[in-house]
Amino acid sequence: MSSHSHVEGQLPHEPERATLEGRNKITGFWLFLGGETVLFGTLFAAYLTLRGQVMDGPTPNELFDFALVALATALLLTSSLTSVFALQAMHKHNVKGLMGWLIVTLLLGAAFLGLEIYEFNHYVHLGHTFAASAFSTSFYTLVGFHGAHVAFGLLWVILILLQLKKRGLNTTTAPKVYVFGMYWHFIDVVWVFIFTVVYLMGKVG
Amino acid sequence: MAHAHAHAVKRRTGIMDWLTTVDHKKIGIMYLLAGGFFFLIGGLEAILIRLQLMFPQSEVVSAQFYNELITMHGTTMIFLAAMPILFGFMNAIIPLQIGARDVAYPFVNALGFWTFFFGGVLLNISFIAGSVPDAGWTMYAPLSGTTYTEHFGTDYYVIGLQISGIGTLIGGINFLVTIINMRAPGMTFMRMPMFTWATFITSALILFAFPALTVGLAALMFDRLFSGNFFDPSAGGNVVLWEHIFWIFGHPEVYILILPAFGIISEVVSTFSRKRLFGYSSMVFATILIGFLGFMVWAHHMFTTGLGPIANALFSVATMLIAVPTGIKIFNWLFTMWGGSIKFTVANLFAVGFIPTFVMGGVTGVMLSVAPADYQYHDTYFVVAHFHYVIVGGLVLGIFAGLHYWWPKMFGRVLSEKLGYWTFWTFYIGFHLTFFVQHFLGLLGMPRRIWQYLDGMGFNTLNFISTIGALLMGVGTILFIINILITMRKPKTAENDPWKDGRTLEWTISSPAPEYNFAQTPLVRGYDAWWLEKMEGNSKMTPVEPIGPIHMPSPSILPFFMGLGLFIAGFGFMYAREFGVVSLVIGIAGLVITFGCMGLRSWIDDHGFHIEEEEILKDQGVKA
Repeated sequence: MSSHSHVEGQLPHEPERATLEGRNKITGFWLFLGGETVLFGTLFAAYLTLRGQVMDGPTPNELFDFALVALATALLLTSSLTSVFALQAMHKHNVKGLMGWLIVTLLLGAAFLGLEIYEFNHYVHLGHTFAASAFSTSFYTLVGFHGAHVAFGLLWVILILLQLKKRGLNTTTAPKVYVFGMYWHFIDVVWVFIFTVVYLMGKVG
Repeated sequence: MAHAHAHAVKRRTGIMDWLTTVDHKKIGIMYLLAGGFFFLIGGLEAILIRLQLMFPQSEVVSAQFYNELITMHGTTMIFLAAMPILFGFMNAIIPLQIGARDVAYPFVNALGFWTFFFGGVLLNISFIAGSVPDAGWTMYAPLSGTTYTEHFGTDYYVIGLQISGIGTLIGGINFLVTIINMRAPGMTFMRMPMFTWATFITSALILFAFPALTVGLAALMFDRLFSGNFFDPSAGGNVVLWEHIFWIFGHPEVYILILPAFGIISEVVSTFSRKRLFGYSSMVFATILIGFLGFMVWAHHMFTTGLGPIANALFSVATMLIAVPTGIKIFNWLFTMWGGSIKFTVANLFAVGFIPTFVMGGVTGVMLSVAPADYQYHDTYFVVAHFHYVIVGGLVLGIFAGLHYWWPKMFGRVLSEKLGYWTFWTFYIGFHLTFFVQHFLGLLGMPRRIWQYLDGMGFNTLNFISTIGALLMGVGTILFIINILITMRKPKTAENDPWKDGRTLEWTISSPAPEYNFAQTPLVRGYDAWWLEKMEGNSKMTPVEPIGPIHMPSPSILPFFMGLGLFIAGFGFMYAREFGVVSLVIGIAGLVITFGCMGLRSWIDDHGFHIEEEEILKDQGVKA
């Protein structure tokens, strides 16, 4: 079987696991996400330690706007769902559906990122700059690390879309799609924690 | 999985071969060379430190340079010498021990090497640039912040380690996946050699410890480059936060260093006692337990920080617990030797020398774990003596054992045993001379990290002895280098199993191993797979496949450029506060190189090439 093959009938149901390379990629990516968990865990710990230190700047309660954050959350959570639809399309060897859902995921992610940039810009005008206080530094670092992950994911999915367009679905491209899906869900889970720890606790705590 | 369309065999020669290689054996050699080079730099720094302390109130080096020396000695030895040398062994040996043809990600493997290398070079360029890290290898805040360290020293530390840390992290993931997915048929987890087990657990520790360092370094970098406030108390920052983050990484790091040494010692002691490793399953269990407990004890580095009696008590007890699995290991090694027909080769001398030395380091570790007593020991030479007993007396002796043991497998030549004995005795005596007396210097009250001490404090004689010992260790190291140079001039005549007593799969193939490792994947029928076959009178392993074309990954220059890109980016961002936009543009250009190469790697559809049957048969013919 050539790995360039994209004749639908020849691909197995789970093309991402058809080769050892593909399986290695998936195992390794699970482990990588374990490391990422520690990374974000440390960022959360730093934020929780420092979030009370607002100095002369605005407090979390004054700063955060629920409507905006709720919209961003909805966008990102939905993009996780659409990435699952993409994967389901892949398992049916439906390249068109796969690419379509990946594009929807891309657009939702881009919208989320746009909102985050708007939000940061808004905060800076309120005096909540990176260097304002320990709270602001740890806030921007935590949320910014997440934002950077989203941005990286967007570039990644564009690259995957280009490869799918050029080479179709095969045992080389399938693991890439699958691993991207894992990454995207992970980013989503991190956001759920950011929503809770940063925004909800900022409003209530 | 064979690819129908044939690719031309891609092979490069000379320097391009080394720059583009994705072969784990060559990458192992590069790790060994680069790690060895940094080991010499770190060793030279140590000698200068000892020369300064040889006599009271001497001025061999200036106070500022002394601070730079202690900082760079610790940083270099741990991150740029010890870990890379261990990675060298893992690369060279792990795929062979599990019967695999390569690691899971050959490309990532090369990338890991080049990021480590460029990170290390960046860190050491600080000496040429004239602003060297000088806040101690632990870089405690606020000393490492811009208030107290205005020059670029800390930036070199932060960015250099960040870059080389990427290499370590992806290396760790690579070995985890290799060991999980690439074992030969029959090589179950409980049949894996101890060095493979140690590498497995070490890689897991790397995976869960290094991201904490990544965050700590990033936070310190943000504080310094972008006026962040993580560790600046005047803006609400918290200096103890740095200590926590650093040691949450830093303590597992200690076990990242020592567990592979435990693995090497297990292999060597078992081979040269010509006995099965005593208590294999308890060894595995102890390794896992040490790895787990390693994450529970970081605050024992912070007993005097003032965390309170409850925290101190908990971390104290947790620390003492580690003595239990470590003790299990010590007794297992002793019982392996018990009743064995022991051959004292140089490798085994280092291994046997390791055991009592490491016990001494362990005992002082238990002493230090008693929090009230630690208030007395803290920041004295007692601590210096303790951690050098575990790191030099543990890890470095383990590395020397491994070097003598696996040298024939890596280079096809057996090191001179005669010179090796000289290396062992000079290094071993030198080591104890250097560090044994430091226990007493510490108990007498000599603080660590001091540039000078006064005459008449009772420190003179012991410091003098210590320096003589350090020089003797230097002699041992030079003898080892001479041994390498002499051996390299000899022909490659090492047999497959040069010790005759090899127990594991790496000794079933030629020395050095062919590019594809195993012409036919072997069938593993039990623990100590090769020994088992030998005892049943077989001269080779049972293959699980006929001889056929072997798929190989293509070499690539991209990992080199990805490392180089990060190197350029590091410089650009570091000097942005002096040179402004130009520097920033260079920094961004560096990132573009790295991420551009990453994109290229994804885009280029390279399925590698095949080594054809004829070539493999030809190799076999020469050896048979």
